[in-house]
Amino acid sequence: MSDILTTVEDLAARIPDGAKLALAPDYSGCSMATIRALIARGVRGLHVVGVPSVGFQGDMLIGAGCVATLETAAVTLEEYGPAPRFTAAIKAGTLHMIDGTCPAIHSGLQAAEKGIPFMPVRGIVGSDLLKHRDDWTTGTDPFGEEDGPIVMVKAIRPDVTLIHAPLADRHGNVWIGVRREMMLMAHASRETLVTADEIYDGDLLADEKLASGTIPGLYVSAVAEARNGAWPVGLFGRYGGDEAHLRDYLERARTEEGFASYLDEFVHAPHAHKAAE
Amino acid sequence: MNADFLPEELLIATVADMLAGLRHVAVGAQSPIPGTAALLARARWGGALRVSMLGSETNSPFTDGGRELFDCASQGRIDAFFLGGGQIDGQANINLVGIGDYPDTKVRFPGSFGSAYLYFLVPRVILFREEHTARVLVPKVDFISAPGVSEESTYRKGGPHALVTGRCVFDFDDTAKRFCLQSVHPGHTVDEIREHTGFDYDTPDHVPETPAPDADTLALLRGDVADAVAERYPGFAAKIFGAANAA
Repeated sequence: MSDILTTVEDLAARIPDGAKLALAPDYSGCSMATIRALIARGVRGLHVVGVPSVGFQGDMLIGAGCVATLETAAVTLEEYGPAPRFTAAIKAGTLHMIDGTCPAIHSGLQAAEKGIPFMPVRGIVGSDLLKHRDDWTTGTDPFGEEDGPIVMVKAIRPDVTLIHAPLADRHGNVWIGVRREMMLMAHASRETLVTADEIYDGDLLADEKLASGTIPGLYVSAVAEARNGAWPVGLFGRYGGDEAHLRDYLERARTEEGFASYLDEFVHAPHAHKAAE
Repeated sequence: MNADFLPEELLIATVADMLAGLRHVAVGAQSPIPGTAALLARARWGGALRVSMLGSETNSPFTDGGRELFDCASQGRIDAFFLGGGQIDGQANINLVGIGDYPDTKVRFPGSFGSAYLYFLVPRVILFREEHTARVLVPKVDFISAPGVSEESTYRKGGPHALVTGRCVFDFDDTAKRFCLQSVHPGHTVDEIREHTGFDYDTPDHVPETPAPDADTLALLRGDVADAVAERYPGFAAKIFGAANAA
């Protein structure tokens, strides 16, 4: 089972151009180390799915020209303000947006996790979101208990889920605690690639307390150790975001040149994408 | 403006008043003032109010990931939630997507988040937008992220309760499907609000001033509540309560 352990560069190599790639929000588990490696390898044409939103991961990939389609409920850098490269890409018309809403994304993934074609979702009726989605429709309750329209969303089946977690073991088990959106992502995706701050010496499923918050290795294709792998974004229970660095990013990412200088320093310079260590 | 409190503190206290007697208030993304208001309400009512703050490590009870808030809402387990909008119109439609002809938006906002769902399912949705200008409060939004009202046949358990801005409080009248000016914040006027509001609304003959927070409320706010909100919104807490505590 030890062949599940690999490098960050190998994880990036396993995400092909054009892949449908599921990513978590900044407050969950972001494999920024792999995002940098992906940009360094020049991935193109990604269809990024924010579960249910994306933050710095999305902004950086978009800025680096890696994303063709963005399917998300929002792009948010929270207290840091508007996402600069996302905003610029929308203005330039270079990004195909599939605007959604959080529970519809969760439900689409739930349909995939159950192996069924669609899932009904409350609300949404009368939202303009519905007008622009050919993978959403309305129907009625087949049992006739409700009269009104109910929205149905098609299953969302990502090719790859990419996440960062505090712990993973050599069996591919990944501890995510209560951040179970990552469990949903892993269940729904064909492959799940993981970086972890620490490789746990033992079997996470052997300890009942840890097992309840663990993605079983059966869903996980590969794991790479990446200490502080969420940096400069934070990791729940471990460390906060690197505020000075993120502010520097935002300042530079206001312009294309500034963003390029950021990539030169933190992504393209030799071994730069390992800068977290 | 009375020098004894900050404009933000008035807004926090005003929103907190709207949460009296509720069991469970949830707070979404990018909501420092509503989030602080919810924590103030909880402190004021001795902890009887449950506050679930998305993305918080110390004030989120959820153990089933991002979906749990939404599942809770559709079961009626959440009494109040907060939504904002890059644009809000007179029928309480909100636009979190962008200005212009979608998808070719001239100005892009972050996105709809959970609004298209929660607006239908949470009984008391408080709209909050600090900027009160005719560019935000428009006759008709360019994109409806979530509609303020629905047809009779649509399953809908919730909707707009009030709109709180930096200048005033509007009530939403479910029957008339219109906003009604409820109170004007200290230092602002009825005429000024008319001038800066792009949509049509009702104005009663007498419009009271929004009540100022009392000394006990301010003490609670600047003490335990400021500490609690700093965990989720450190920048906001430093800016508001750093300043308020120094004053």
